[in-house]
Amino acid sequence: MSEILVLVEQAEGEVKKVTLELLTLARSLGTPAAVWAGPGLTPEAKARLAEYGAEKIYVAPSSDVVDYVVAPKAELLAQLVTAKSAAAVLVAATAEGKEVAGRLAVKTDSGVITDAVGVGDGFVADQSIFGGGVNVHSRVRKGTPIIAVRPNSTAPVAAAGAGTEEEVSVTLSDAAKAARVVERVKQEKGARPELTEAAIVVSGGRGVGSAENFSVIEGLADALGAAVGASRAATDAGWYPHQFQVGQTGKTVSPQLYIAAGISGAIQHRAGMQTAKTIVAINKDPEAPIFELADYGVVGDLHQVVPQLTEEINKRK
Amino acid sequence: MNIVVCVKQVPDTATERKLRSDDNTLDRDAVDGVVNELDEYAVEEALKLKEAHGGEVTVLTMGPGKATETIRKALAMGADKAVHLSDDALHGSDALSTSYAMAQVLKKIGFDLVILGSESTDARTGVLPAMLAERLGTPQLTLANKVEVEGASITVQRLADYGYDKVEATLPAVVSVVEKINEPRYPSFKGIMAAKKKPVETLAIGDASIDAAQVGLAAAWSEVVDFAPAPPRAAGTIVKDEGDGGVNAADFLASKKFI
Repeated sequence: MSEILVLVEQAEGEVKKVTLELLTLARSLGTPAAVWAGPGLTPEAKARLAEYGAEKIYVAPSSDVVDYVVAPKAELLAQLVTAKSAAAVLVAATAEGKEVAGRLAVKTDSGVITDAVGVGDGFVADQSIFGGGVNVHSRVRKGTPIIAVRPNSTAPVAAAGAGTEEEVSVTLSDAAKAARVVERVKQEKGARPELTEAAIVVSGGRGVGSAENFSVIEGLADALGAAVGASRAATDAGWYPHQFQVGQTGKTVSPQLYIAAGISGAIQHRAGMQTAKTIVAINKDPEAPIFELADYGVVGDLHQVVPQLTEEINKRK
Repeated sequence: MNIVVCVKQVPDTATERKLRSDDNTLDRDAVDGVVNELDEYAVEEALKLKEAHGGEVTVLTMGPGKATETIRKALAMGADKAVHLSDDALHGSDALSTSYAMAQVLKKIGFDLVILGSESTDARTGVLPAMLAERLGTPQLTLANKVEVEGASITVQRLADYGYDKVEATLPAVVSVVEKINEPRYPSFKGIMAAKKKPVETLAIGDASIDAAQVGLAAAWSEVVDFAPAPPRAAGTIVKDEGDGGVNAADFLASKKFI
């Protein structure tokens, strides 16, 4: 079977969960081949990729691959698509993943599909558009299908692959080395999982009432091992940093569980969370549109309900 | 500095958006068009750079005739002139076609800096800025929440999961901006009046050496096979908090094995 290239997402040498999801998905489409872009492949990371089915692990250890913005990764993948006659390329539908996909599409004269929530026979992708209101099947008509898949779309399942490592020396063009990363600034984010990757997200909105009160949301998130999100109303009010905004102009999340506290559920917010598997809403207003989406809703004051829920979870652990 | 800011007219996100049943493309006639929100940040950033460094801001849009409303808004905010790429042959263009067509226009009109929003609220692919950089062979300074220009060098803060990357390059370059990089200004009455007199050049594909075989629905690299309204979510259980709402919610979470 032909190879399905999977661009590995990693943080400080640790393979991210979304990559394990993509490897799981790739197994249903062909032979999974992981692509490690840059230095830092550890034996642990290699073992992890093999555990989830990577038959091959292509490694381009040159630091140039990560020292310039996006373009080197696209050139690396383009080179592999040709050299290995890959059947398709899967990347995580993160902001950067989609940029890599875009440049790769131009380079290989191939179609690209973004924010897929599933990929089936013939590389037909499932997408959820217009804020989750419409489900679409789409496919690539020309070249090698390049598909950016949303985190949490596939449950990761281990199934060992050979994990044969192959070093790749990539020849970067001058154009790929035009935007140089001169410094990486890591901001304190604590132990919480990343918003777009998290299996559980707890978000607060206008009903939270103040920046200080967000500690209530954080408390629940920490009890569940969840990421914290916020609605536009809360970020616009300055109660929570806007990079945590879930919605039309912010992050799109698709977790197993989404808890919305004090969020009315305007369409712009729903656009960012409607594909969550299970939705729980807590809101004072029984007419709030968020209850139309909720699998479970509590009509009440979040300042009472959320701390009680947090306490109850901690009690039952 | 010659700045080109790319703007897109998108359906108002507050309205119900639809795909057309005849060709599976976005139905742009059924809904009100507004300026893509992230592009307003791009216009503001362009204007701020012009105010600091001098030069000219040109608005570039690709879209049907009614996209002139979007051009007028950007001109009213303070841009100097506009180029409107409008041709029936462009209908149904995907991101690859759109980036090709836009790049052809940018090569024709020239630029030191191209600025645009990091994604549009309709298709939300987020690939166009990177594709433009690729096609133009210029540095990609995308997902910026801060832009600084000094002479021919440009530095941006590029948002990352862990914080941000400081990225440097030399002009010309393509910059995409994220939400909240600035506070977009409202057009003043004077600005709105002045916008009516600002030059808008309308280009057909032939005017920008755009190959008709590379654009439009027939040329698209990807296609929508079919679509359907999302099935409504099964009605959930809604309870009123009688002092035990948190406990009830915990019971629900336990029943779903989240705790």
